[in-house]
Amino acid sequence: MTEVTINGVARRLAADPDMPLLWAIREELGLTGTKFGCGIAQCGACTVHLDGAAIRSCTMPLRAAAGRAVTTIEGLAPADGLHPVQQAWVDEQVPQCGYCQSGQIMSAAALLAAAPAPTDADIDSAMRGNICRCGTYARIRRAIKRAAGQEQSDE
Amino acid sequence: MNEPRRPRLGKWTRRGLITAGVVAGGALVVGIAIRPGHRAPKLRDVVADPDEALLNLWVKIGPDNRTTAIVPHAEMGQGVHTALAQMLADELDADWDLLDVEEAPAHEAYANHNLAKGFLFGDAEIPRALVGTVDGVVLKLTQAMDLQITGGSLSVRATGLHGMRVAGAAAREMLAKAAAAAWKVPKRELVLRNSHIVHESSGRRATYAEFAAAAAEITPSSKPKLKDSKAFSLIGTSVKRQDVPAKVDGSAAFGIDARLPDLRTATVRSCPVFGGRVAAVDDTAALKLPGVERVVDLGDAVAVVADGYWHANRGLTAVAIEWTANSREAVDQAGVFAQFDGVLAQAEVDNAGDVEVDRGDCEAALAAAAKRFEAEYRVPYLAHAAMEPMNCTAWLHDGVCEIWTGTQNPLGARTAAAEAIGYEPENVVVHNAYLGGAFGRRSVHDYVVQAVRVAKAANAPTKLIWSREEDIAQDRYRPAVTSRFRGGLDTEGRPIVWTNLYVDKHEPAEAPRIPYAIGNQRIASMPSPTHVPFGVWRAVDHSQHAFFTESFIDELAVLANNDPYRFRRDLLAHKPRHRSVLDAAANAAGWGGETGPGRGRGIALHESFGSIVAEVVEARVDAGKVGVERVVCAIDAGYAVNPDGLTAQMQSGIVYGLTASLYGEISLEQGRVKQSNFHDYPMLRIDEMPEVDTVIVNSGGPLGGAGEPGTPPLAPALANAIHDAIGVRIRELPVSKHDLNV
Repeated sequence: MTEVTINGVARRLAADPDMPLLWAIREELGLTGTKFGCGIAQCGACTVHLDGAAIRSCTMPLRAAAGRAVTTIEGLAPADGLHPVQQAWVDEQVPQCGYCQSGQIMSAAALLAAAPAPTDADIDSAMRGNICRCGTYARIRRAIKRAAGQEQSDE
Repeated sequence: MNEPRRPRLGKWTRRGLITAGVVAGGALVVGIAIRPGHRAPKLRDVVADPDEALLNLWVKIGPDNRTTAIVPHAEMGQGVHTALAQMLADELDADWDLLDVEEAPAHEAYANHNLAKGFLFGDAEIPRALVGTVDGVVLKLTQAMDLQITGGSLSVRATGLHGMRVAGAAAREMLAKAAAAAWKVPKRELVLRNSHIVHESSGRRATYAEFAAAAAEITPSSKPKLKDSKAFSLIGTSVKRQDVPAKVDGSAAFGIDARLPDLRTATVRSCPVFGGRVAAVDDTAALKLPGVERVVDLGDAVAVVADGYWHANRGLTAVAIEWTANSREAVDQAGVFAQFDGVLAQAEVDNAGDVEVDRGDCEAALAAAAKRFEAEYRVPYLAHAAMEPMNCTAWLHDGVCEIWTGTQNPLGARTAAAEAIGYEPENVVVHNAYLGGAFGRRSVHDYVVQAVRVAKAANAPTKLIWSREEDIAQDRYRPAVTSRFRGGLDTEGRPIVWTNLYVDKHEPAEAPRIPYAIGNQRIASMPSPTHVPFGVWRAVDHSQHAFFTESFIDELAVLANNDPYRFRRDLLAHKPRHRSVLDAAANAAGWGGETGPGRGRGIALHESFGSIVAEVVEARVDAGKVGVERVVCAIDAGYAVNPDGLTAQMQSGIVYGLTASLYGEISLEQGRVKQSNFHDYPMLRIDEMPEVDTVIVNSGGPLGGAGEPGTPPLAPALANAIHDAIGVRIRELPVSKHDLNV
């Protein structure tokens, strides 16, 4: 049994501790907002928070999360609404197909928790691990700045 | 390749095709019926069945006064659900905040061949470009053309224009007639707005829902009056997308998220050499692994069924598969291009080729030209690499096969599934989810066929998920192409001749055509099949031909010592829409201004899927590395139904084109694809994202597409910018193949 706190709830998971955290989250816990994209930590679709830091759950074994706190996209928002990053994503109309966006949002939320006023270089460095095939990068950058309270006056 | 079948043209005239009916609860439903003579009672029967309640119906109004737009297209990120709902709601004067969108079920009654042909071929306004698309790509893809195909950038300009707006306007007329009769007032005194009907002088006011049942008894007008564009209240505005809220909290359900009781998970490996077969399978080691339940030999692939993806994938790694010996193992990428070169060289000797354009006397013009130039260009195979790996969940029970997947063509998926397991199509039910990217990939149903066969073998509901490695190695690829040109200028530096011979042609046939006034032209292709499976890739043949033609016209401009923008512009006097778009992009980009050392600008213009797009790329080359700083894009799609949505599609198409231009390369080694995942098939990332500025030119011309036309001009504009920056001409993509240290 692996004990992990998932979205604030203590869980005991019977899955093989070598199973990647991604599949424990999706298949054992049924939290399907976290996505499978590449399986080799190259695309970021599987990004979740481990003790607040953004990690790629497709290559992290469940055992590495033992005794730690995992937050998925389903657990990001406060009870009474959206996380500021999610709200900014709506305001900037970021998603297209939407498949990568859980990972994008989790990476952005971790960035803003660590750097409340991120520079463009901070954004590049925190977000370059997340691929978007629909090409929403410009809107992602704007949404991060909006969530950080640095709304741009131009479109 | 055979000539595409050319369907008989049939004109859809809206005659008597609108029907109405009432569903339980008093909801008004208005649909574009399929057959003349199709009447409300029959429709009611259809509607009464909960599973089939949506057949042929494009709009319904519920007792809660909510309007539902029923759209026969898949949402794959392009915003089509929102754009189509906008078109319907505007004509209906529905309250946007009371509007829902549902995707129509996969059923042939919904997607009628004659109606589709009417949509696609009968309208004189539909550009030739579109006819070619439908004629070729769609027919070949699906074998049966139907309205449910999402592709060819068709949704808004066909379904929206002829379906959604007509259905909305018809429903509005019926509601007005019903209210006028009940209130005994002239219909013209009624104001319909925000899903309410108001008679101001008597102070009466009602919701649409109050008159829905009465309206359904009224025979709809066969030709409801559509709004003039000046009266639009929703069309032309950037309403927020309907699907965004679910895409920020993890609740949006994609195919891969299907959940069923007792669900197994499978993964698969097909023969890495396309066309190869399984010779022998040793599953001893795999079956000893935890969670692995079954190994299924599919003939050309092997699947492992387990209690979850990780176990399935581990199991697959442990299966020893022997593939049949295959002569294609000798094919590598250099061999493919050598094959093309041989075919082209012979065709030049023989003056052979499938001719698309033959105008004037090219050989005489070349002989007479003051300056001549020849060039050859190449593009590699490309994979789609949609973010959501291919997947399909299948459950065979009670004589029915249910599938949950993401497809661009639910009816095609249904047919493919039915054929694979020997079911009648009506016993296959397709649950289409959001598509985690498609770009053409999800119009081919190899993964659906595998899933239903594996689920049948497993005798349990089974979700088949491809690994990313399988996705890259078993795609249907944008073809590798070689294209040769000869051109000539007169003594004034004007181009007088253009010849183009390439290998090989898919669709649409007009992709290599140019808009420029050049008197002598010959454009022809030669077939040269390989064993690499062809797939439609965002913009299809346009993506490679725009690179070829817009590079070569740029080379002719250089040969003429002319400015590439002015050179093009002077050849467009007969094409005012093209010229306006070119001007708009050049002006917005500040064409002609200084760029600085190591920096350059390139321009390109290309029409596809009814839209004309010009792009200006500003690039820098530092220590051999190309960076794109800004892309200015101008598009004339006739009229922008949702300007922010159109802008998003331009951004998207540009990133897709830029990724392919800089990095995209699938190459063959021993008959198989060399690349396997994002480390060796890299994607553009946020730190390389240029600023993108989009200028929308609303010419009022016929509606054009949005999803694809932004992609083709990017590659040539980038190559032209690199030439402007450092004088190096990129004639083979991707750019990353070239040493640019100069």
